[in-house]
Amino acid sequence: MIETRSLDVTAIREDFPILDRVINGKPLVYLDSAATSQKPRAVIDTMTDYYCRYNANPHRGVYQISEEATAAYESARRRVATFINAPSPKEIIFTRNVTEAINLVRYSWGRTNVHQGDRILLTQMEHHSNLVPWQLLAAEVGAQLDFLLIDDRGRLILDDLATKVTGARLVALTHQSNTLGTINPVKEIARAAHQAGALVLVDGAQAVPHMPVDVRDLDVDFYGFSGHKMCGPTGIGVLWARRSLLEAMPPFLGGGDMIKKVTLEHATWNDLPWKFEAGTPAVAEGIGLGAAVDYLCGIGMDRIRAHERTLLDYALEKLQDVPQITVYGPQDPDVHGGAVSFSLPDIHPHDLATLIDQEGIAVRAGHHCTQPLMERLGVPATTRASFYLYNRQDEVDQLVDAIVRAQKVFA
Amino acid sequence: MTSDLYREQILDHYKNPHNFGELDDADVAQEGDNPLCGDVITLYLKLDDGKLSRATFRGRGCAISQASASMLTDMIVGKPIEELKHFPSQAVLDELGVPISPARMKCATLAVNTLRVALNGGSGGDDDD
Repeated sequence: MIETRSLDVTAIREDFPILDRVINGKPLVYLDSAATSQKPRAVIDTMTDYYCRYNANPHRGVYQISEEATAAYESARRRVATFINAPSPKEIIFTRNVTEAINLVRYSWGRTNVHQGDRILLTQMEHHSNLVPWQLLAAEVGAQLDFLLIDDRGRLILDDLATKVTGARLVALTHQSNTLGTINPVKEIARAAHQAGALVLVDGAQAVPHMPVDVRDLDVDFYGFSGHKMCGPTGIGVLWARRSLLEAMPPFLGGGDMIKKVTLEHATWNDLPWKFEAGTPAVAEGIGLGAAVDYLCGIGMDRIRAHERTLLDYALEKLQDVPQITVYGPQDPDVHGGAVSFSLPDIHPHDLATLIDQEGIAVRAGHHCTQPLMERLGVPATTRASFYLYNRQDEVDQLVDAIVRAQKVFA
Repeated sequence: MTSDLYREQILDHYKNPHNFGELDDADVAQEGDNPLCGDVITLYLKLDDGKLSRATFRGRGCAISQASASMLTDMIVGKPIEELKHFPSQAVLDELGVPISPARMKCATLAVNTLRVALNGGSGGDDDD
């Protein structure tokens, strides 16, 4: 509770122009930040400023505004590196999003290092973005997939971790489940994986926006995340990887910017990180991500995590008041981030989401790109509410009241 | 809460669907699904002398998908197969009688799309969506 008060949500909300919107006659209650976060004015203004004052192709221009664009873009990279405590900005590869980051590893590291009969260990709660690329790689090279399963509260079962990591080439898992909100013990799993000689890739799309993340402390090998879920723009994401791995990996996409010298027959590769960034990059988006990092740092990731923990704790308690509701995910807010999935026996999630949208409340309904997890939970879909730094406790109350009113429509 | 979309008729069809259940002597049983929502239905069709003599369905999903399947089975019985091969989605939307948002259109047209697939084969034939 003390932490919530220490975050001035009223002031924070003023930073987000969209929160002034009125939907169906009601103020927008945005509870879908796990899908994409809203953007603070600082990010929007920074991108507008780039387009208005120094829009230019970076890296090779010898004129002033190109140098300014290069400086701003590379400065964003340095701030992103600091944000996740990466040893060097050379290890920060800008991608479109975490999906592209994972696919980069699949193509570049995976095709070189995963061979017939090798095993890749995933979990039952992965987003399709950290499942389908490995299915494709496994089919291509003849590797096998194995999975850490979850218990009924949506936590990974780790009893057989030591057995399952043995002989695996790669362990790929999400830091925080986008559907269940479960925060996974990445450090513990990474330790076991490394002892068994496997590398570790983490999908941090739901973690980096919501909690302090330190890739050195986690001691993983690849860590990816998306800018648009952390107050930044769409179209920019990050792959962090250990420098030795990146140096050994072949390029992902070929083209301009990623080369050093090109003849008609051959090319040599640029230094890190540009070796992995072919073509004109998403300059405005990269600079916008830098502004998002500055914005989040100005508030403090530990305070954002504490605020969301309080909201989640409150939501778990309030949702219990809804008759017949099933709430998924861990009950312990220490291992449950700011997203909660639930279902009702008589109302399909899409009907519920449509009904509460009429009250201006935005939640997500569906399989959340985790169809195998839905199978495990035994439901075709769930409704998910997810929180961020700009959400208030009374928005949880509005959500719960709207669910109860929706139940009356279907009664 | 007032809700135009969830007007009484739609909720009635959802809670007490017409023609619900398997049809043992069906000539065609066609599954359809809407992976986005997880809506699934199976249409059972009995054909007689170039006409549809019976239609039932089973399924689960949102109110819009299930109510529109219920309504469709009421609408199509007795009609010539050739006509039903091109049965317009708009007829079901008209029967629902409420504006359907783009996000929910696949729910509303699941049953009628499944009907066209059942009678035309894989492609579903003409789709006027």
